[in-house]
Amino acid sequence: MTSGDLSRRRFFAQAAVASVGMTVPMSVEPGAPEADGLVEVAFTVNGKGERLRVDPRITLLDALRERLELTGTKKGCDRGQCGACTVHVDGRRVLSCLTLVATMDGKRLTTIEGLAKGDRLHPVQQAFIDCDGFQCGFCTPGQIMSAVAVLREGHAKSDEEIREAMSGNICRCGAYPNIVEAVKQARS
Amino acid sequence: MRAFDFAAPRGIAGALRLAGDGSAFLAGGTTLVDLMKLNVLAPEHVIDINRLPLRGIRLGPDGLHIGALERMDDIARHGAVAAQYPLISQALLLSASPQIRNMASIGGNLMQRTRCGYFRDMATSCNKRSPGSGCPAQTGDNRGHAVLGTSASCAATHASDVAVALVALDASVRLRGRDGERSVRLADFYLLPGDTPHVENRLRPGELITEVIVPRLQWARHSTYVKVRDRQSYEFALASAAVAVDLRGGKVRDARVAVGGVGTVPWRLPAVEAALRAGQSFERASALAAEGARPLAGNSFKVELVQRTVLRALMEVAGSR
Ligand SMILES: Cc1cc2nc3c(=O)[nH]c(=O)nc-3n(C[C@H](O)[C@H](O)[C@H](O)COP(=O)(O)OP(=O)(O)OC[C@H]3O[C@@H](n4cnc5c(N)ncnc54)[C@H](O)[C@@H]3O)c2cc1C
Ligand code: SF4
Repeated sequence: MTSGDLSRRRFFAQAAVASVGMTVPMSVEPGAPEADGLVEVAFTVNGKGERLRVDPRITLLDALRERLELTGTKKGCDRGQCGACTVHVDGRRVLSCLTLVATMDGKRLTTIEGLAKGDRLHPVQQAFIDCDGFQCGFCTPGQIMSAVAVLREGHAKSDEEIREAMSGNICRCGAYPNIVEAVKQARS
Repeated sequence: MRAFDFAAPRGIAGALRLAGDGSAFLAGGTTLVDLMKLNVLAPEHVIDINRLPLRGIRLGPDGLHIGALERMDDIARHGAVAAQYPLISQALLLSASPQIRNMASIGGNLMQRTRCGYFRDMATSCNKRSPGSGCPAQTGDNRGHAVLGTSASCAATHASDVAVALVALDASVRLRGRDGERSVRLADFYLLPGDTPHVENRLRPGELITEVIVPRLQWARHSTYVKVRDRQSYEFALASAAVAVDLRGGKVRDARVAVGGVGTVPWRLPAVEAALRAGQSFERASALAAEGARPLAGNSFKVELVQRTVLRALMEVAGSR
């Protein structure tokens, strides 16, 4: 059964069951709501398959940090305004704080933990170290995930273009000039 | 966040069956999830529409068709959009951040809610969020608020950039509900606040935006979107202008002008367009951009700002005249 086949009555009946806290075992497809209101999702993170039963309120950010113990992705504003929580979903950079993990079924995710190959850092990670592209480091995982995407998008042709393409990642320490340098080093 | 049921139907009919009072469609989530976290929105049923077949960007003889789930960044960088409708492309690229543009859909963009700080703050009153409770913005912090189309009940701006470009281009939205399909011009879709600022548009409960249609306009190629804001990027408009000019033989034959950041809805400026058609100078035409403005204590600067923004947009498209 897919969730699309749910009748309206069924939808409400399940809600009623959930609200009295009963669990009715039922076999459902990933992404479909279960009788207890939880949703089952399966996706890959950094190449590894994961399967979670989640409350649909949980954001991808919280699922990564609290359920999968991938704490490299940071919670800054939690309102889509700072970029610290940037991850890649199917190769595109997005904000994990405004993404419900319930919508991630079948997706391919990459977080900051997935960039290095063993002990060999990703060229963008290395560039941030070489260019001193951070101070406190809190925004850095998000900056690096964005920078990797910027290079893939081909939006790093000039300093001005890099600044605009990186504008979704705020750095309160103000390491911006060094971040631009790091993107340029990684570009070459 | 309040508890809700989640469903991710694969078909439009299935989605419409689940939708109704108390439900919300989820596209990119950049408005919905944000406002659900703040408890400003608390739907009982969230219907993830991302599996629905509402994709595709197509330039046909009657104009541009954009599926409601197309993402802001994909639309902006689509070859035909960038070539034929630069103002759409620019309005999108000057919106939000690259991450948000990767997530956010055009349907969700047109349905985004105001950024008025009182609306977003459950600890204050707000007529839009809680009808009849009052509007603290009238005497409070109103620097970012609208000067056009306001009422004593609400002065919140409509925050979408691309809606301004679309209104200038006479675009419409295609809507589908359980009772059938209809099209509504975007200019008619949005409603002035009046005494009912909580009613923002003509979408009926459970109705889905399926497509945005932009009529063909040859000279839309000569167009731009100028956005003035407090910081260079990742910020909403204080004032913005979407302008297209039909320039032939060195003369302005026709023009489309709409402004954002200053209106309670995306604001078309027929008087400015008429002045331009009548051959008036850009300076004189753009002076009409704030006709009927009713500034509040903190935002009177927007009256001159919007005039200058229109002037700058006209000069960018057609030089000075
Ligand atoms: C930090 C920040 C900065 C931003 N800056 C800008 C900016 O500068 N300019 C700008 O224009 N915007 C800006 N935005 C707003 C952003 O563009 C919108 O949040 C986004 O476009 C909404 O699209 P979505 O797909 O994420 O919608 P969602 O959040 O999924 O949905 C928004 C609303 O639309 C409804 N909805 C969605 N799709 C449909 C549909 N097909 N039919 C009917 N209803 C539907 C939902 O039920 C919900 O009520 C900003 C947002 C943030 C968080
Ligand atoms: S301006 Fe509108 S949205 Fe803001 S507080 Fe007043 S009623 Fe609410």
